[in-house]
Amino acid sequence: MDFINPTIEYAELSPLLIVMGVACLGVVVEAFLPRERRHVVQSTLAGVGVAAALGATIAVGLNLDPAGTDGAGQGLVGAEGSIVVDGPTIYLWGLVLVFALGGVALFAERRLEAGISAFAGQAAAVPGTDAEREASTKGLAHTEVYPLLMFAVGGMLLFPASGDLLMMFVALEVLSLPLYLLCGLARRRRLLSQEAAMKYFLLGAFSSGFFLYGMALVYGYAGSMDFAAINEAVVNGADNEILLMLGIALLSVGLLFKVGAVPFQAWTPDVYQGAPTAVTAFMSAGTKVAAFGAMLRLFYVALGADRWDWQPMLWVVAILTMVVGAVVAIAQTDVKRMLAYSAVAHTGFLITGVLGLQSAGELADGQVTSLQAVLFYLTSYGVASLGAFALVMVVRDANGESSSFVRWTGLGKRSPLVAGLFAFFLLSMAGIPLTAGFVGKWAVFTVAMSAGAWPVVLVAIASSIVAVYFYVRFIRLMFFTDPEPGAEVAEVTTASPLTGLTIAVCAAATLFLGVVPGPVLDLAVHAGDFIR
Amino acid sequence: MYVIETGVVPVVAPESADGVFSLLWLIIALPLAGAAILLLGGRYTDRWGHWLGTAMPIGSFILSVVLLVQLLGRDEEERQIGQHLYDWIQVGGLDVGADLLYDPLAALFLLLITGVGSLIHVYSIAYMEHDVRRRRFFGYLNLFVAAMLTLILSANYVGLFLGWEGVGLASYLLIGFWQHKDSAAKAAKKAFVINRVGDMGMATAIFLAFVTFGTTDFAGISALADQAPEGTMTAFGILLLVGACGKSAQVPLQAWLLDAMEGPTPVSALIHAATMVTAGVYLIVRSNFVFEYAPTAQTCVVVVAVVTLLWGAVIGCAKDDIKKALAGSTMSQIGYMMLGAGLGPAGYAFAIFHLITHGFFKANMFLGAGSVMHAMDDDVDMRHYGVLNKALPVTFLTFAMGYLAIIGFPGFSGFWSKDKIIEAALAENWLIGIAAMIGAGVTAFYMTRLMVMTFFTEKRWRKDVHPHESPALMTVPLIVLAALSVLGGFLLLNGWIVHWLEPVTGPEPEHELPIPALAITALVTLVVAIGVAVAIVLVQRRPVPDTPPTDVSLVVKAARADLYGDAINDGLVVQPGRRLVTGLFAFDRHGADGAFMGGGGAIAAIGGQLRKVQNGYVRSYALSVLVGVLIVAVAMLAVNL
Repeated sequence: MDFINPTIEYAELSPLLIVMGVACLGVVVEAFLPRERRHVVQSTLAGVGVAAALGATIAVGLNLDPAGTDGAGQGLVGAEGSIVVDGPTIYLWGLVLVFALGGVALFAERRLEAGISAFAGQAAAVPGTDAEREASTKGLAHTEVYPLLMFAVGGMLLFPASGDLLMMFVALEVLSLPLYLLCGLARRRRLLSQEAAMKYFLLGAFSSGFFLYGMALVYGYAGSMDFAAINEAVVNGADNEILLMLGIALLSVGLLFKVGAVPFQAWTPDVYQGAPTAVTAFMSAGTKVAAFGAMLRLFYVALGADRWDWQPMLWVVAILTMVVGAVVAIAQTDVKRMLAYSAVAHTGFLITGVLGLQSAGELADGQVTSLQAVLFYLTSYGVASLGAFALVMVVRDANGESSSFVRWTGLGKRSPLVAGLFAFFLLSMAGIPLTAGFVGKWAVFTVAMSAGAWPVVLVAIASSIVAVYFYVRFIRLMFFTDPEPGAEVAEVTTASPLTGLTIAVCAAATLFLGVVPGPVLDLAVHAGDFIR
Repeated sequence: MYVIETGVVPVVAPESADGVFSLLWLIIALPLAGAAILLLGGRYTDRWGHWLGTAMPIGSFILSVVLLVQLLGRDEEERQIGQHLYDWIQVGGLDVGADLLYDPLAALFLLLITGVGSLIHVYSIAYMEHDVRRRRFFGYLNLFVAAMLTLILSANYVGLFLGWEGVGLASYLLIGFWQHKDSAAKAAKKAFVINRVGDMGMATAIFLAFVTFGTTDFAGISALADQAPEGTMTAFGILLLVGACGKSAQVPLQAWLLDAMEGPTPVSALIHAATMVTAGVYLIVRSNFVFEYAPTAQTCVVVVAVVTLLWGAVIGCAKDDIKKALAGSTMSQIGYMMLGAGLGPAGYAFAIFHLITHGFFKANMFLGAGSVMHAMDDDVDMRHYGVLNKALPVTFLTFAMGYLAIIGFPGFSGFWSKDKIIEAALAENWLIGIAAMIGAGVTAFYMTRLMVMTFFTEKRWRKDVHPHESPALMTVPLIVLAALSVLGGFLLLNGWIVHWLEPVTGPEPEHELPIPALAITALVTLVVAIGVAVAIVLVQRRPVPDTPPTDVSLVVKAARADLYGDAINDGLVVQPGRRLVTGLFAFDRHGADGAFMGGGGAIAAIGGQLRKVQNGYVRSYALSVLVGVLIVAVAMLAVNL
């Protein structure tokens, strides 16, 4: 028996390899460096690693070769068919890495907690025990968060780039497991944080099981894990349709869980609220990008020929997600939970985009494909979400971050800048013209409308109106309501330049994408089609 | 000679801007810069902010006049000028430019907005003098003017929508300007929410336009409109009408306008009478190329218009709050404009004509009401007024000009504009015409009642109220507006305005009247006279009770409650909505179990097992995931098997 040496395209896969390499290096640093120097070294290492990967991504992106049958795509199918580096991959990689850069900056924030990070001193210490107090008085802090973050980023890079189901599953787990851990590492309100991590882990494992089962069923139908081969089987119409149907359903469960679509949204508010806010900020942007990238690839590349079968299911999910997200958000009284439900609603809007037409060939000359619309929406939502959560970090009272509505009342009078920026991010999420969110919504609604999904678009417009209501209500709370006399209110704490810079960049990007979206839309268009 | 054929809908085909016209963008940029400086400049601009804020719209006004003169010098076929600023959203077919369109219709609006706007800015300098947040007020006003000008000058629906949202935002900020009053904050919220319903119609209309025509430019759509299926055009038209109803306070989206009077009076004059609320009429006239191919939608416009013009008039009769009475009247007058716009080429020009004259006389009366309130320590209850004609001579005389204009006293501006709409309505359908005529009578009644209760009868002033005439900064704008209210009818001289708008709306078709035009005019004047007489008998000849009488007929009760507009909204929308939210929220919190209980025996068995091995909340979440799996699987299979 011959053993064929697999070929690995190291140059094209370099961003992935850099991130994973830095993650491993981080583990080594953790083992060999004295504790007091770790924070600086780890955060620098992570920052440089992400920046290097971003540079590599740009370099790879500039040198992609045309590919695909109709020449609409570019790139290559590497690592023996299991990783695809094409235009959309590059775009998504760039996006994830930019958000990761913001994530590293927020993780490295130490000024808010007077010189220590927002992560638990000793995760193993039971809350409320002497061990915990000791860790806290010694000023311990887990610096393992940086390698964990890098592993999660590695998984996020791999997820939308996977070329077969197996790689997709591996990526899913690689991105999820570090996130489960990170969610449980909050320094304050540890029980809440641990509970969130536990829930996220159990439910995540549960839904991964469904994904795995779905893989098996689809393998049973197509006889292969490879996306191109599955596509071939679907086009040629193999027997056992029911295997395919159930397989698609179960695969979707795994992906819909990750993006937080209804009815798999239950974890979202608890986890967003319980996790350290820096983690939430990164996760809300990064996971959404990676998971939607994977969803687009799975549904378009592997199952594109079967879309009449899965589209109605996504119609239902999209409608449910938008309505539940927007409506339940109204009843929230906590900023992080409100943003969580808003994230659910945005998932619905993104799925609306996924429902659009799928390839450039089927469109009138030069219309946007739904891939491009979704990519743009991810960009606009990601920056707004990252920025909004970063702002939540700096609004604090004596007990650390303070996210209940009562504490935020009248913030506009105390710190017009922070409240103003927060309002700006909310307006972008609401889709008010001249912010990024408007162009994003416009793009996804138009593609869905072109594909004839007008009932979904109607629901989408109605939900965005409901959503505007709770966003504006919150803005009113910040600017036009006075706190009850004697009520405790939160104040803005000065953060380090890292956090400040992250927020400033997000705000600038939100404005820029709203006023001159052209360059970024062009970038999304140049990403072209997926290749098989 | 360039001849516009009857029955042909004009296509928008602008020429590119050159010469003075390339300054078009500056008209928007000036007030926008004012808003930016005043709102971002903070306290440093407190001392001179109001002067800067007033100078900006005046600058825009001067520029608008210069452009109008230039436009008048051009040949008729060259009177559409487009200016491309930059590509806003451009990606393949999704091509939305930041484009401006300057044509005869936009030219008239520019003058109205910047002209009346400037006067109201001047007035506000004195009116808001004692308000510590005066600079911010001017910032918001400038923001409003910039947004309104964007709405009018945009060459596509997306740009129009940008302005549409902008005026909504400015209106929200200004209604709630006195945010320390709970009622003001509530009113702002109500206006915002109801307007979003209208915006939903607008947004959907824009998507539909893009999907159907591949463009949102007026030029592109008007060129392709005759090829689109009528069903699509009807949907398009009705969606636009929904948008117009929200912004212009037409039934069924009318409930916010009366509450919007919580804002400072100059705001009511500028935004909620003269300009913003007429944006719906502008939208319909601007979209004439849609409605001409959608007769059903046109009929809907007429129905909405007639209902609103009577609805607003009835409300106007029962209000004791001077501003609310005027607000009811605004609603009703916009109904007249909508009616004109719904009648097609026969009415477009008159709708715009009435819009302009109404802009003059209603701004005049609102500012007059502001002057009265200024004198009466901000009391708005007309039952506390009386014989103010002596104490406030200038206010009284200017107000009287507005009054004569709105009731349609022969020779005054409102006489010409309303008469023409009623005439066009009669030619279309006698039922509509008669409704419009009754509306004119009711208008005469409630305006006379307002006039008499405020300026005549006997003194019913509260203690320590010493009315005094307002300063010159307030009375000069009143005098200018009063002059315009009297003379506005000159626009119709030789049918000038009809001819002027022909390149936009197409020519007025010949129509046959059931009775001679002069007889109609006489009839309308008679109805108006009856309305005035009834009001004088009922109000002037009897003492005005200090508190509203309670033993009144059902009709009066209904009118006092805004014809139950709030109750209808509450019953049909708010309560079911609230129940949905509570329901969903309950479902979200505890519902997984409940849903699964109803989910059938088989699932119950599985769930029962699961329940034994799991505990805590995760259990119910996991169950909801399981239910979700079933939903997804069933959705997949149901469609395909």
